[in-house]
Amino acid sequence: MGRKRLALPNNIDYLSILDENHTLDSALEPDIPEEVHRKMFRAALLGRRFDERMLDLQRQGRIGTFPPIKGQEAAQIGSVALLRDSDWLVPAFRETAAEIMRGRSMESVLLYYNGYNEGTIIPATQRDLPMAIPVASQTLHAVGLGLAVKYRKTDAVVMTFFGDGATSEGDFHEALNCAAVYQCPVVFVCQNNQWAISVPIAKQTHAATLAQKALAYGMPGIQVDGNDILAVYAATSEAVNRARQGGGPTLIECVTYRIMMHTTADDPKKYRSEEEVELWRRRDPLVRYEKYLLQKSIITESDRTALEEDVKKEIQSAIDTAELRMQELGDPLDMFDHLYANIPPRLQVQKTALADELENRDREDHHG
Amino acid sequence: MAKMTMVEALNLALRQEMAQDDSVVLLGQDIGRDGGVFRVTDRLIDQFGAERVIDTPLAESAIVGMSVGMAIYGLKPVCEIQFSGFSYQNFHQLENHAARMRWRTRGRLTVPMVMRAPYGGGVRALEHHAESRETYWAHTPGLKMVIPSGPRNARALLVSAIRDPDPVIFYEGKALYRAFREEVPEEEETLPIGQANMVRAGDDLTIIAYGAMLRPALEAAEELREKDRLEAEVIDLLTLSPLDENLMVASVQKTGRAVIVHEAPGSFGPGAEIATRLMEGAFYFLEAPIVRVTGFDVIIPYFSREKSYLPSGPRIAAAARRTLRQ
Repeated sequence: MGRKRLALPNNIDYLSILDENHTLDSALEPDIPEEVHRKMFRAALLGRRFDERMLDLQRQGRIGTFPPIKGQEAAQIGSVALLRDSDWLVPAFRETAAEIMRGRSMESVLLYYNGYNEGTIIPATQRDLPMAIPVASQTLHAVGLGLAVKYRKTDAVVMTFFGDGATSEGDFHEALNCAAVYQCPVVFVCQNNQWAISVPIAKQTHAATLAQKALAYGMPGIQVDGNDILAVYAATSEAVNRARQGGGPTLIECVTYRIMMHTTADDPKKYRSEEEVELWRRRDPLVRYEKYLLQKSIITESDRTALEEDVKKEIQSAIDTAELRMQELGDPLDMFDHLYANIPPRLQVQKTALADELENRDREDHHG
Repeated sequence: MAKMTMVEALNLALRQEMAQDDSVVLLGQDIGRDGGVFRVTDRLIDQFGAERVIDTPLAESAIVGMSVGMAIYGLKPVCEIQFSGFSYQNFHQLENHAARMRWRTRGRLTVPMVMRAPYGGGVRALEHHAESRETYWAHTPGLKMVIPSGPRNARALLVSAIRDPDPVIFYEGKALYRAFREEVPEEEETLPIGQANMVRAGDDLTIIAYGAMLRPALEAAEELREKDRLEAEVIDLLTLSPLDENLMVASVQKTGRAVIVHEAPGSFGPGAEIATRLMEGAFYFLEAPIVRVTGFDVIIPYFSREKSYLPSGPRIAAAARRTLRQ
């Protein structure tokens, strides 16, 4: 009888190790091998430069609509760096840098944003799902993979990405709930970039954090400075280890910012202030990381210059390859393939009809 | 051969497939200890354990979404949605993901899953427990849509669905679950998906039906024989997608008359597609307009009125007579 406070876990940590003023909390500094640092820095830099280059290409009409990732490199690279090849990545659609670090080619990204199905082909050895545009629904695939991992008794971990907007979807709730019920080895990484197109986080949720939602499902949650790659890495390392050792899922909220537009079809000036964007530009995760690496002599100024050049070349070469490849692709008849393992009779009829139509058109073009 | 209800026959299919392939796993609400609300998974948990007969939280999108993930991993999940009336909660998982994964990845990642769900009226069930919305799935490219009409073909088709490399929606007529028994062989039996079956031969007209409507279609055929001395050919579609048009086109080329029966609402229902295929394949053989006997374009009424809604033998026979008068 009576009323008393229940003894529930009710704390959510906020983790920041290297802040925007470049102040480092050495006690919390994760022990990251220099090799890993160099890999992460290259991936973050490549992600940034590729994003910038894609925006140019889009403005020149050389690719279609795409969602820029600028400013979210730390949240993506600091987390995905913890995955092994045998682990699974289940992305949403604003994780281009993470996908490339996992092995997706830039050509594939360019093909996708040019409207070619070949852009969602996953290389045979890679345990990644293709990007998912319908918001939050992919998080359940991660739980299914986690269940399968448990059933097959391997130590693989599944990492899934989603944004702040996704936390309002029913599938987010179902995914976290099921992952916790089954204690699946899933790491939920929320890139809270504070804007779901034009809706700010304050209108997405009345909760003080997104991380605290984990508590309702009985799983650990943590909020990190998503522009601090050391904090993202440390929190993810903890979560991945826990999952690998059978300790179940974790929700990580990376507080970051969408510096650019939602997609290139969007104009953020319509709904947010330039001052706010400027504030976050000063919190650039790449600048922060670079300064740290230079100070620790993990990279030198000349390494950095060489890396810029190297990345630039790699991007150019990917663009050249993709543009060449696109000249060979685009046979409309391909749309009928791979819908089913074996093409049903009706579909074959439609495919043949289109083939005839195209052939007749060709013939008319020749005679006309 | 044992005489089995459709529930028992489906249970046999699941039991045998699970025994011979450890990648087959079941998930759904109340399918474990309870054996499913219709008992289709009865006692499977005793044989295969909770690892393979997975009781899920009450979350349809999760049931299908997790199945998609498990199938991508290489398992063969067979999930149960307790009533098809609740499958709209998982619609997007099928439409956006299950149906598209093979196509999107050009064959690299596939979703060999089955979604089982009881559908249809006639058992005096509650609201939301009696609908027939197979059109949704048959309309979705990338899915297959199977609807058996009795214990024996239900068992054989479920085995085929589990072994199928693509996602299959498997609708089980609630009205058929315990309505009658059939001989079902213990040894393995499969039926090809995408193949219709002629269950009754006749020269005067063709009745095309599937699922729980096959029985009223056969009743109508009997009535026409007894009262009108007419012989109806009856075709059981068994699969809606991919639709086997060869059998029905050949039949209508012979009879010149067609009656299409389903309990789903008529407008934009499967009958519209079936009639079009007949027009394409048998137009010059038609002696009369094609007739549809379907559910009305209303929400299926609560059970006190559902009998008037559902196509019946007499209603089908009356429609058949109309086509024969022309």
